[in-house]
Amino acid sequence: MEDDMATDITAKDTFDPAIAEVNKYDFRTETQGVFKARKGLDREIVGQISEMKGEPAWMREFRLESLEIFESKPMPKWGGEINLNFQDVYYYLKPTDEQGRSWDDVPAEIKETFDRLGIPEAEKKYLAGVKAQFESEVVYGSLQEDLAKQGVLFTDTDTAVREYPDLMREHFATVIPPHDNKFAALNSAVWSGGSFIYVPPGVSIDFPLQAYFRINAESMGQFERTLILVDEGAQVHYVEGCTAPMYTTESLHSAVVEVKVMKGARCRYTTIQNWANNIYNLVTKRALAYQDAVMEWVDGNLGSQLTMKYPAVYMMEPGARGEILSIAFASKGQHQDAGAKLVHCAPHTTGQIISKSISKNGGRSSYRGLVKVEEGAKQSKSNVVCDALILDQESRSDTYPYIEIDEQDVTIGHEASVSRIGEEQLFYLMSRGLSEAEASTMIVNGFIEPLVKELPMEYAVEMNRLIELQMEGSVG
Amino acid sequence: MIAPNTNRTNESMSNTETLKITDLHVAVEGKPILCGASLTLRRGETHALMGPNGSGKSTLGLAVMGHPAYEVTSGSVELDGVDLLELDPDERARAGVFMAFQRPMAIPGVKMADFLRHATTNVRQPDRKEGEELIPMREFRKELRGKMEQLKIDPEFARRYVNDGFSGGEMKRAEILQLAMLQPKFAILDETDSGLDADAVKLASASIAEIRGGEMGILIITHHERLLEHNRPDVTHVMLGGRIVETGGPELAEELHRDGFDRVRADHPKAAAQEAELEKLQKEEAVG
Repeated sequence: MEDDMATDITAKDTFDPAIAEVNKYDFRTETQGVFKARKGLDREIVGQISEMKGEPAWMREFRLESLEIFESKPMPKWGGEINLNFQDVYYYLKPTDEQGRSWDDVPAEIKETFDRLGIPEAEKKYLAGVKAQFESEVVYGSLQEDLAKQGVLFTDTDTAVREYPDLMREHFATVIPPHDNKFAALNSAVWSGGSFIYVPPGVSIDFPLQAYFRINAESMGQFERTLILVDEGAQVHYVEGCTAPMYTTESLHSAVVEVKVMKGARCRYTTIQNWANNIYNLVTKRALAYQDAVMEWVDGNLGSQLTMKYPAVYMMEPGARGEILSIAFASKGQHQDAGAKLVHCAPHTTGQIISKSISKNGGRSSYRGLVKVEEGAKQSKSNVVCDALILDQESRSDTYPYIEIDEQDVTIGHEASVSRIGEEQLFYLMSRGLSEAEASTMIVNGFIEPLVKELPMEYAVEMNRLIELQMEGSVG
Repeated sequence: MIAPNTNRTNESMSNTETLKITDLHVAVEGKPILCGASLTLRRGETHALMGPNGSGKSTLGLAVMGHPAYEVTSGSVELDGVDLLELDPDERARAGVFMAFQRPMAIPGVKMADFLRHATTNVRQPDRKEGEELIPMREFRKELRGKMEQLKIDPEFARRYVNDGFSGGEMKRAEILQLAMLQPKFAILDETDSGLDADAVKLASASIAEIRGGEMGILIITHHERLLEHNRPDVTHVMLGGRIVETGGPELAEELHRDGFDRVRADHPKAAAQEAELEKLQKEEAVG
C-alpha cells in the first residue's frame, strides 16, 4: 500500500557488523496480565499501548508521531471500498490464555475446515484465537538451538525492541516510513507482534523459517509488524501465516512487513493467508534489495472482505533482482485488490511479476501493479505476466498495470490474459468421468500450479486442498 | 507383441451389450446438423463411420458423449437399455462410453498422471463421490507405466500437462493412452489418425487393436485405410448430409477409400441435397 502506486525511496544503508553480535537467544516472553484497550484511536490509547509494552521513549514518540500522520492522511481513493469506522475498532488486545474465547464460540464452519485440513488440535485452538500460545517449544526446540548457534536472531518484534535496540533503531521503519500511506501510519501507531529476523553475513538457513517456530502469542495480531534483515551473502526463506482460515472477531488487519536484503544475499518471503469474510486486510510489504541481492515474494490471498496488498521490491544497487508471485482467489462478497511493485533504482537490475487471480461466485479480483524505472537505471529488465481466470458470469476481474519509465535503455514486458473456464475444457474432463466440480477444481488447480510448485511441500498440499474447499458448491 | 484378433467376432456373439443410436437428430445453435442417424454397435464389434467432411460424423460422436453445445432434438441413445441422453458426460463415461477427440483440449498445469488417476478411479468406481479415495498412487503408477511401455510412449509424458504444447501426434497418442487406461465398453475414435505420419498411423492402428482385445465395441471415424488395417470393420456406415445413408461390410470401406463419395451422392440425391444445403448455411455464417 502507498498513497500513490509510485513513490520514490532513496534510503540506502548497510548493517554495522558490530551490531551483528550473537545475542543469547530466548524465545520465551514473560506472561503478562490481561489488558484490553478501550475501543477507538487517540493519543491516550496509543500511549497506553506503548506503556503496557514497557517500550523505550523513542518507540513511544514514533507511535505518537505516526498517529498524527495517520490522522492527517485521507483515505486512499483507489483500490477497494472501505467502510470502516476507525473509532469502532479495538486496537490492542493483549492475548493471554485466560482471556480467550471458548472453543464453543468458534463457528462450526471454521472448525470443520480445520478438521478437513488436518490441523493439529493445539494449532486449531491457536488459529481460532481460543488459545493465545501455540505450544511449539517442544516440537521446534532443537531447530531454535541450531539457529541461535549460527547467530540468527528470530523473535517477535516487541521482544526485539527490548533486546536488540540498536538494530531496531537503525532499521525499523526505514523501508516503510509512517508517512508512506495511511495504513502504514496506522500500523506504526498501534503495531503489536510480528516477527523480527536477523541473519548474519554468510549464514544460510536451509529450511523455511516459520512463525510457529516461536511460542510467542502475538505473531499474528491485527497490526503485526515484521522486520527482516538479511546480511551480506546470507539466505533465508520465511513463511508467514498459514492456509487455515484466520478467525478473528475484529474486522481490520493492517500489517507492515519490511525487508532488507544486503549485498549478495537472498530472501524469500512466502505468505498464504485465508481470512474470514468480514476482514479488511490492508497490508504494506516492501523489500530493499542491494547489490546482486535477490528478493522473492510469494503471496497467496484467499478470503477477506477486501484485501489490498502489493508486495514491492526496490532494487537499490546494480545486479539486484526482484521476483513477485501472487495468487488471489476472490469468492462471494470478496474483493482481492492485489498485485506487486518493482522499482528499478540502479542499472542492471532485473524483475519479474507473475500474478494469477481467480474469481468465482460474484467475487472480484484486481491486479494492480507498478513497474518503475528511475533515470540512470540502464539495462534494467522487467517482465510482468498476469493471468485471470473467471469461473462464472457474476464474477469480475480487472487489471491496472502502471508503468513509469524515466530511462531509455531498458527492457519491459507486460502480458495479460483473462480467461473463463471453458465449456470445452469442462466437457473434455467430464467425458473422462470427472464430475463437473472435480473438473472445475482441476482446471483451477492447474491454473495456479506454476505458483503452487514454488511453495514448500506442506503448503502446496494445503493450498490445493483449500482450492478444493473453495470450489465446493461453486457449480451445479 | 501385437497379435491379430481373429476370434473377436466369435467372442462377441455371446455378448449382448449394445450401444444403440436411433434416429438421432442434433442441432448446434439451432441449426440442424444430424438429421436422423441410427446404428447399433455391439461389444466386440468394429464399425467404421465414413463420409465427406461436414457430413456429421463428429457431431454424432459428440452428441453421444454429451457435449453441451450439441442439442439432441429427437431420437435416442441407449447403452444396454439405459438412456444415455439423461446422463451428464461424466456419468456416460462411468457407464462405459469413451470418445477419442479429434482436437483434445489442453488443460495447463494439470499433469497427465493426476488427470488419468482421477479419470481411471471414477470410471472403475462409478459410484465414487468427490473427495473419496483415489486408486492408490503406487498401484496406479505401476499400471500407467506398463501401459505407456506397451504403447511405446515416453514415460516423461505422465509428468506433462494435459495436451499443453503437445504436437498433433502427441495428442492422439495421449488419447490412445486414455483409451487404454479407461477400458470403456464402447469407444468412438474420431480421426485418431489425422495429423499422424504413416508410421504413426500404423502404430496407432496396432495399439488400438491391442487395447480393445475382444471386448470393446469401437466406432472408428476415419478417412484413412491404414487405421482399419489392424481393425478391420465388421460393419461400415456411410454418412451424408446428416444421415447414415448406407451400411455394409468391410468391402464398403474399401470401395470408399478407393473411389470416394461420388457414387454415394448419386445414389442418395436427397441426402446430397441436404449436404449442399448444410454447406450453404455454413458459408453464409462465415460471410455474415
